[in-house]
Amino acid sequence: MTIRQFGPWIAGAALIALPFVYREQYHLHLLILILIWSFAYTSWSMMGRFGLVSLGHGGFMGVGAYVTALLWNHLGVSPWIGIPIAMLAAALLAVIVAYPCFRFRITGHYFVLVTLALSGIVLQVITATRDYTGGSLGYTPDRTRGSHLLALQFDDKVTWYLIALGIWAIGLAIWRWVDRSMDRYALEAISEDEDAAAAAGVNVTWEKLKITVISALMTSLAGALYCQYQMFISPDTVSGISVSLQMVFAVIVGGLYVSLGPTVGAIITILLAEILRIGFGTKAVGWDNLVYGVLLVVFIIFLPKGILGSILERLKPYRKKRRA
Amino acid sequence: MTEIFDIYLLEAMVNGILLGGVLALLALGLNLIFGVIDVTWICYAELVMIGMYGMYYLVQYFGLPYYAAAPITILLVALLGGLLHLLVIAPLLSAPPINQLLATGGVLFVLQSVATVAFGIDFRNLGIRLPVLQFAEMHFSYSRLLSFAAALIGMVLVYLFMTRTYVGTAIRAISQDRQIMALMGVDTRRIYLITSALGGALAGLASCLLVLQYDVHPFVGLSFGPITFLICVLGGLGNFIGGFVAAFVFAEIISLGGLFSDLEWGYVLAFAFFIVMMFIRPAGLLARRS
Repeated sequence: MTIRQFGPWIAGAALIALPFVYREQYHLHLLILILIWSFAYTSWSMMGRFGLVSLGHGGFMGVGAYVTALLWNHLGVSPWIGIPIAMLAAALLAVIVAYPCFRFRITGHYFVLVTLALSGIVLQVITATRDYTGGSLGYTPDRTRGSHLLALQFDDKVTWYLIALGIWAIGLAIWRWVDRSMDRYALEAISEDEDAAAAAGVNVTWEKLKITVISALMTSLAGALYCQYQMFISPDTVSGISVSLQMVFAVIVGGLYVSLGPTVGAIITILLAEILRIGFGTKAVGWDNLVYGVLLVVFIIFLPKGILGSILERLKPYRKKRRA
Repeated sequence: MTEIFDIYLLEAMVNGILLGGVLALLALGLNLIFGVIDVTWICYAELVMIGMYGMYYLVQYFGLPYYAAAPITILLVALLGGLLHLLVIAPLLSAPPINQLLATGGVLFVLQSVATVAFGIDFRNLGIRLPVLQFAEMHFSYSRLLSFAAALIGMVLVYLFMTRTYVGTAIRAISQDRQIMALMGVDTRRIYLITSALGGALAGLASCLLVLQYDVHPFVGLSFGPITFLICVLGGLGNFIGGFVAAFVFAEIISLGGLFSDLEWGYVLAFAFFIVMMFIRPAGLLARRS
């Protein structure tokens, strides 16, 4: 019965109770964005922590958002069915690209660049099919005239906050589940030395494919949620290389190897962007990315474990001493 | 009807070759850096973007003639390349390769936003419009021909530098074996710096050529950056000849794909071709099967 056991439950209860006590719309909006992006960043870190650096996640996110919105607008398919279809589509895309990559041992730089091509393709396809997707001008899901629940469209920020919170918690649960599974050891062995892992009886292709598909499913869900919440998507905000890099950046800043690292990254990046936006107004265009970029470089050089990772590392010897 | 069609096809093919020249130049710069330092500069196209702004300001604000502004720009971007190496890559030389890649991704953000803050997001162009060459009912823009020729000359110069000078020989030797050359008394840090500056200079040359054809804006790098990486990977990272061949293959796909449909579909086709090729020949077009 320590704080370690109860801590997450108390924190969870406090987070659920929050919107009923505090209802400031703008702050809730920020929290929702932080939760949705935290979930997306967490799903990137699932792969990233095992050395599978993907710049294709912008593509998965774009598939999640656009497939859901297109099915709703053109075929009237409810997002409740549309989101699973979108997730399946993203998973399929992931398998099509990742399976041959892993089968033919495309790793390191090559893997990064192949996934880069993937997010490039998704971006260009969205732009090219502008008759359906609105191209680079963006796309808006139609407002529902019927049931809000069926259309997954809520005007109420509290509802969205709870949905985002739930999804975020599920993301963390999946992270923990992977962290405690045998797959984690297999994947860590693979990231250290693929040949040695294969020789030790690890099915390299299968393990990597599994984590990639999980990650793609989660990322596309994040994209679909973002679309349903914002009710506006454009190729620049949910797909393409800059979104992929943004994910990498947030995760690295927060901490790649700890479960709450991506969340810390999301809090930092979104608050930073908002503070700059409010502080400088329209003059801030570009400044947020400038700060991002400089931070990214500085972090990779001086703090490769990220903020949370480094803090936890500092605390570790202290904690061990206390227990002994 | 078919005759006209063939003319268009031929025109697209020739334009593809002309486009390939500049792409090959970019791929050469990136391959050079990869081959020698074992680092991929994700921000390579952004260096080109900065160079394009350099050309724009030198020509439009300082009133320099194009041919005077070009060497200054090349020097400027070469300097930037050297600086990038000293500030970002050098401290990370012993870090995992992925960290180096991501750090240059951060530089990509920095360069894009510096350009946004400093120059605004308006599209700008040099205001130089070169005539269009008409040849057998086909139209070729003069600027494309010029860039093709300049890109070829640039590549020949690099080739001569690499094969005829002492430093060039050292660069080639390092790309073959990184550890041994340090033992042989070659100052690897100096060679790395020279290579980075040379890579920057190639980006500078490309920017002088691209500014003739395209408007410059802070995100212009994204329109040809990814293609450049794909070309390098398709040719085999660090393989100069492979990169050269792949540049023309890609340029043809984009150009011909754009002929039958929108330009975006040309790109989609090129990307898809790339992914398929990765599975058929993972180590690059010209790699020997082991």
